[in-house]
Amino acid sequence: MNRRHLEQQVALCAMYGALVMVVVSLLLIIGVTVLRGGHVLVTRPEVVVTPPGPRYLLGGGGGFVHAILGSLYLVLPATLLASGIAMGIALYLQSDYTSRRTAGAIRNLLDALWGTPSIVYGMFVLTILISLQQRASLLAGIAALTLLEIPIIARYADAAVQAVPPMAKETSYALGTTRWENSQVVIRYALPGIATGVLIGLGRGIGDAASVIFTAGAGNNMPSGLLEGVTALPVLIFQQASSFYPSVREQAYAASFVLIVIVLVLNVASRLVTNYFARYIPGGR
Amino acid sequence: MESEIQIRDLTITYGGRHHVVAVNNVSVDIPRNRLTAIIGPSGCGKTTLLKALNRLHDIKEGVQVRGHIVIGGEDIYQSRLPVFELRRRVGLIGQKPYPLPASIYDNVAYGPRIHRRAKGGELNEVVERCLRQAHLWEEVEDRLDSPAAGLSVGQQQRLCIARALAVEPEVILCDEVTSALDPLSSQKVENLLRSLREKYTMVMVTHILRQARRLADYVIVMYMGEVIEAGEAQEVFGNPRHEKTREYVKGIMAGA
Amino acid sequence: MMPRDAAGLRMRKEAVSSRGMQALALGISVLFLVMLLLLLAKSRPLLSGYSLTEVLLSSHWDPARGQFGFAPVILGTFYVTFIAMLIAVPVSLLCAVYLSEYAPGRVRRMFSSFIGVLAGIPSVVFGICALLVFVPLVADYIGPWVGVETTGLCILTAGLILAVMVFPIAISLSYESLQALPIELREASLSMGATRWETTRKVLFKAAGPGMLSAILLGFGRAFGETMAVAMVVGGKNQMPSLFAAGQTLPSLIVSSVGEMMSLPLEQSALVFVALFLFVVVTVFNLLARWVEKRLQARWKI
Ligand SMILES: Nc1ncnc2c1ncn2[C@@H]1O[C@H](COP(=O)(O)OP(=O)(O)OP(=O)(O)O)[C@@H](O)[C@H]1O
Ligand SMILES: [Mg+2]
Repeated sequence: MNRRHLEQQVALCAMYGALVMVVVSLLLIIGVTVLRGGHVLVTRPEVVVTPPGPRYLLGGGGGFVHAILGSLYLVLPATLLASGIAMGIALYLQSDYTSRRTAGAIRNLLDALWGTPSIVYGMFVLTILISLQQRASLLAGIAALTLLEIPIIARYADAAVQAVPPMAKETSYALGTTRWENSQVVIRYALPGIATGVLIGLGRGIGDAASVIFTAGAGNNMPSGLLEGVTALPVLIFQQASSFYPSVREQAYAASFVLIVIVLVLNVASRLVTNYFARYIPGGR
Repeated sequence: MESEIQIRDLTITYGGRHHVVAVNNVSVDIPRNRLTAIIGPSGCGKTTLLKALNRLHDIKEGVQVRGHIVIGGEDIYQSRLPVFELRRRVGLIGQKPYPLPASIYDNVAYGPRIHRRAKGGELNEVVERCLRQAHLWEEVEDRLDSPAAGLSVGQQQRLCIARALAVEPEVILCDEVTSALDPLSSQKVENLLRSLREKYTMVMVTHILRQARRLADYVIVMYMGEVIEAGEAQEVFGNPRHEKTREYVKGIMAGA
Repeated sequence: MMPRDAAGLRMRKEAVSSRGMQALALGISVLFLVMLLLLLAKSRPLLSGYSLTEVLLSSHWDPARGQFGFAPVILGTFYVTFIAMLIAVPVSLLCAVYLSEYAPGRVRRMFSSFIGVLAGIPSVVFGICALLVFVPLVADYIGPWVGVETTGLCILTAGLILAVMVFPIAISLSYESLQALPIELREASLSMGATRWETTRKVLFKAAGPGMLSAILLGFGRAFGETMAVAMVVGGKNQMPSLFAAGQTLPSLIVSSVGEMMSLPLEQSALVFVALFLFVVVTVFNLLARWVEKRLQARWKI
């Protein structure tokens, strides 16, 4: 009896230990970035809105607005494209359109693609670029990010679509709707889940460096066209973080801060979206 | 009448957004080695009361239990014994059977192993005895190693009873144990309960009045969280004192 | 006339949309195959010049002299992943158990939003933090403590940061699989006099096992393919891995050599081969995770 009590206490202690370890390591990590990056932003707030100066990577001054813009130009079209494609896939996975077997196979495939390291997408698009004898460009970067985001958004949208109460669909069919018209009812019900998926895909896309570092380029120019190279925030962070020059490293810290803020905003937005839409869904809280 | 369980001033409330007083100031005695049936309309607090006897509200947040429950001379909410020892003395069988994710054998052996009551050949004996007691042995003796989830629901329910018997409890609580079963399985489980009542203090919740009549020695009637009547079965059924009891007994009998 | 036209339009919309969606769903499957085949085709120059065993088992890496031995990098990847999982698995499981079985609701809600935020933090940010926190930690404290001189840019540091990156996914998935278990299962075990820990260890771990196992496998996949954070702290040296020495992993090899190696076909195909290898290993693990979950679930029917 005593032994059992002891075992229970030991287990509980181990759990507290694990919890503390997770919380501390994660807080440490966020805290340090926020402090270091925040410090840079407070002392030199202009880096967020100035383009890079000459000899930028050698500590030559300037800011990283080119990377912020580059990230936006990359991730917004990519998310838009990926959302459209993912919606189509998610709707197709309904039992109205396809058999359970096919749907299951496609889901497995989407899961596998979701887990695929983003560097693989980067290399895939890069090999295509090389075969076509093209240079890295905004367009190629968008393509790589789109591939990266499709499985994420598709799986969220699929889960949301599957969760639509069958009654809603049946009532709609009973009115004589076609599958397409019915899908629009389904979308309305599934909207919160879909929106969450889109925001998560967006977050994943905006933070990813490995897929765009070779496909979108990594120069220090302002974005200037669909077929020109651009650089993204995470790529810039990667390149500057290990720089020899402290002033360049500081730009990476500041850029990390900006990235964390973006991620937090997206996170809060997805919560708000869920809560907002949930009011219109029966059974939603 | 010798009582095994004394409940005094027991009040149980569910917290959360809707504050519900599920059991309200209940004081009642439950006799030793007899079968007591708790009856009453749905939502009157029967399950809540039963779970309190096993301190299962501890694991839920926001459930408040006030008052005293004395089982075998031990006030279980004030006792210095560890809660798992208190729970061992009281077995609970639920509305739906939940076999543990393990083989039939391991399900029954679970309790004795935890409490280090038996090992090796001795354990085999315990398992066989409990399965026989639960009238399940003949049906499963050649597949003890297969997953318990593969049994029929009726068999699973008897397995759960065998599992509870294996820790040698003094009290057995049954919450609508036949409600998920077909008539034949119900029959078997009822027979089983009947055969157990000499040796254990049994408390069973049921919605089937005829079942209560068939099985119960003693009856407790609950209504809206309170015990409105408690007494020998013949008395309560034959000559209910409380008006609500009369309605309940009549209403259901008329409907049946 | 009007209604028939309208009906025709509706039918056309229906037909076009269902074709379109079918094409998209088919397209995603084709994409998978195309990725596999293209990467395979582009690794041909390497694989036709060298045998697969030679490439995978040789430890001589010198592209300029035409030597492509991936053994150090592959080992490095497994080494780093192994360190990460060694830390992340027990910590994440214990954390998930605490949150699901012991924590009061307030803590649970707070922690799950915390985890949600963390899951979304980009890997370069983890890399930055690793540079700022873990590298000095390893160089100035852990290294001297065990009596080794190290710059901090090493295999151990990479493993540590990967462990932290695996926490969110491993914790949230195993937490979810615990939460999916019915409360009656816990009550059944507790009512027999088991302690909560015994209930967790003997019943819940088993019932939630499929979900937890798949959480671990997915965490493995994440660690195995993680690129940026590792590339920032692993040191980038193509040598046999050792805890406190600079090393290299498959993804970090790609990142650090694409610039200089994409010009020659053979070297280019060596890097494409690395991508292919990553793709195959991680996909196998992901599919395995799904399969294990399904099979075990079917076995105990929970
Ligand atoms: N977890 C809970 N949270 C809040 N209220 C609850 C909870 N469980 C039960 N209640 C409420 O407590 C009251 C008693 O419930 P209880 O389950 O004990 O009734 P019962 O007599 O067993 O009913 P039934 O015959 O339908 O099983 C009910 O009003 C119920 O709504
Ligand atoms: Mg009940």
